[in-house]
Amino acid sequence: MIQIKDLHKSYKMGKNSLHVLKGINFNVEEGELVAIMGSSGSGKSTLLNILGMLDELDEGTYTLDGVAIKNLNETKAAQYRNKFLGFIFQSFNLINYKSAAENVALPLYYQKVARKERQEKALKYLTQVGLKEWANHLPSELSGGQKQRVAIARAMAAEPKVLLADEPTGALDSTTSYEVMDLIQKINDQGNTILIVTHEPDIADMCKRIVHLKDGVIIEDKKIEQVRASKYV
Amino acid sequence: MGFLFDRNTWQEIFGSISKNRTRTIITIIGVLWGIFIYIALSGAAKGLDNGFDKVFKTVAINSMFVWAQSTSMPYDGFKTGRLLQLKLEDVQTIQNRIPEVQYIAPRITQGNFGSEPVYTVRGQKYGSYVLNGDYPIYTKISTKKIYDGGRFINQEDIDQARKVIVIGERVEQELYTKDEDPVGTWIRVGSVYFQVIGVHKLAQGVSFDSDTAMFIPFTTYQKLYNSGDNIGYMCIAAYDNVDVVQVEKDIKTLLKNIHRVDPKDERAFGSFNLGEAFSKTMGFADGLTFMSLVVGIATILAGVIGIGNILLISVKERTKELGVRRALGATPAEVRNQIVMESVFLTLIAGILGIILGAGVLALINSFTKDIDFPYTNPTVPIPYVIGALVIMVVLGTLIGLIPAQRAVSIRPIEALREE
Repeated sequence: MIQIKDLHKSYKMGKNSLHVLKGINFNVEEGELVAIMGSSGSGKSTLLNILGMLDELDEGTYTLDGVAIKNLNETKAAQYRNKFLGFIFQSFNLINYKSAAENVALPLYYQKVARKERQEKALKYLTQVGLKEWANHLPSELSGGQKQRVAIARAMAAEPKVLLADEPTGALDSTTSYEVMDLIQKINDQGNTILIVTHEPDIADMCKRIVHLKDGVIIEDKKIEQVRASKYV
Repeated sequence: MGFLFDRNTWQEIFGSISKNRTRTIITIIGVLWGIFIYIALSGAAKGLDNGFDKVFKTVAINSMFVWAQSTSMPYDGFKTGRLLQLKLEDVQTIQNRIPEVQYIAPRITQGNFGSEPVYTVRGQKYGSYVLNGDYPIYTKISTKKIYDGGRFINQEDIDQARKVIVIGERVEQELYTKDEDPVGTWIRVGSVYFQVIGVHKLAQGVSFDSDTAMFIPFTTYQKLYNSGDNIGYMCIAAYDNVDVVQVEKDIKTLLKNIHRVDPKDERAFGSFNLGEAFSKTMGFADGLTFMSLVVGIATILAGVIGIGNILLISVKERTKELGVRRALGATPAEVRNQIVMESVFLTLIAGILGIILGAGVLALINSFTKDIDFPYTNPTVPIPYVIGALVIMVVLGTLIGLIPAQRAVSIRPIEALREE
């Protein structure tokens, strides 16, 4: 699903150049649930941003579902993001004046899906995350865990190839974190490919594979025995 | 441009606008105020314009009065201070020699300009009024509205020097009781009895005659007062398309020539040029219209700039939202279109509301001024002005919307998302 070869990325800060990613090689197969771990500054978020086409790579190749991702202009990147990727953010990033259902339907709007179908799909995915009754509530009326579940439903709604989650439990207490992870595991069980950036070992243990980043290189890449989050819920 | 007709686009725009209510209302008020000022001002200017038109409607606009005074310079053997007297043949000469003159009505009058008004009696009632000797052509220069059942002086009255009289409204009020019909009755003017043939209604707006004026045939007046060929003054109407100031000069030059007055003597003949006064008034109204246009458009401009300003702030506020939208697959063009469309939509809504409000206020003013004596009638704004204003607003709204829209897409989605 994802092939990355010899990926380099550096940021220019005035005269200094900060080399963040120093040659990453890594592949993700369909249906994997990968945790990308590392302390802050290890380059894990940068990697995720490049994977998410929110940032550009300097060197190396990135292939997503057989499509080479390079030299994208903003319009092309937007279309690829819409088609291939679903985002889950640490701070949820729901649009605060839109109801839960409208938030979930938003990626479908940019896919030019008709309104009726959008509403049906939004409701379907909200049901899947267990928030059907909250469909018409504004984000401000939801708890943190509920917001993240809405965000997951939104990421799912576009039926992307890969879900990218940047610290999805970072703003949640541990009980809620496990609920969210339980949901992510269930989505993964349905065959969806998911990448999670986290620095919490217990969250990483709930994935099927852990990629450890340190100072811009992968120091460890191992398959693990998945801990089911449902045990803690 | 297909997105313009896509229902989804509008749902998205409408959603964003209706959910940010305070911002929307504040934004709308700015432009609404602008277009309101524009409509109200230009409507009021038009109302004044119409009002002046109505005031001048009862008289020929290109008209003037000419009368004789006394010379102020010695000339041709005459000493200074000679009293001049206009004669009936002067009328004929002017008519023959100056082709720009359309109508010319000589008039002789008693009771105006310091002379004694005429003592008039009917039974126990009496009063003193202005008496004019007139020709029927006078009505071509100053319309005379005669009440039902009556008429003005006609040619036969002149030919036969009939003792008939047209009285003013106030004369009727003073000499008759309320339900009497004056037409056909007799009144004594001076020492002679006249039959009343009509009552003239006081014209709204500019009128050469007051409601106490009475009119008799010129020929009757001649006999009554033994005035010979003397006339008091001339009412002259020039053709519509001629320079009335030049005509006035020509007439005076001709009269000076006839009466052997120094051509440089400015005080020998007096005149009042209504055409000149009219064009000055109309120039004032035109200036007012122009000014209201300028002020109105400037206010609209200020309003639209206000919209741009508020959208710019709102783009800043919505940086994160726009970043999320772009992460979810909104292309820069889609984001830009949305911001511009929001701007145009707000401008249009505000504009239409402003037009409705402006029209309402104009109607209100109209109903208040209807019955008072003020030159203000039917304040309207021509449709092209309204459409023009709307077009200006849409264009400006688009242009001003481009600034925040450009800003919105210049922020990369990753930066937008990072912003907390």
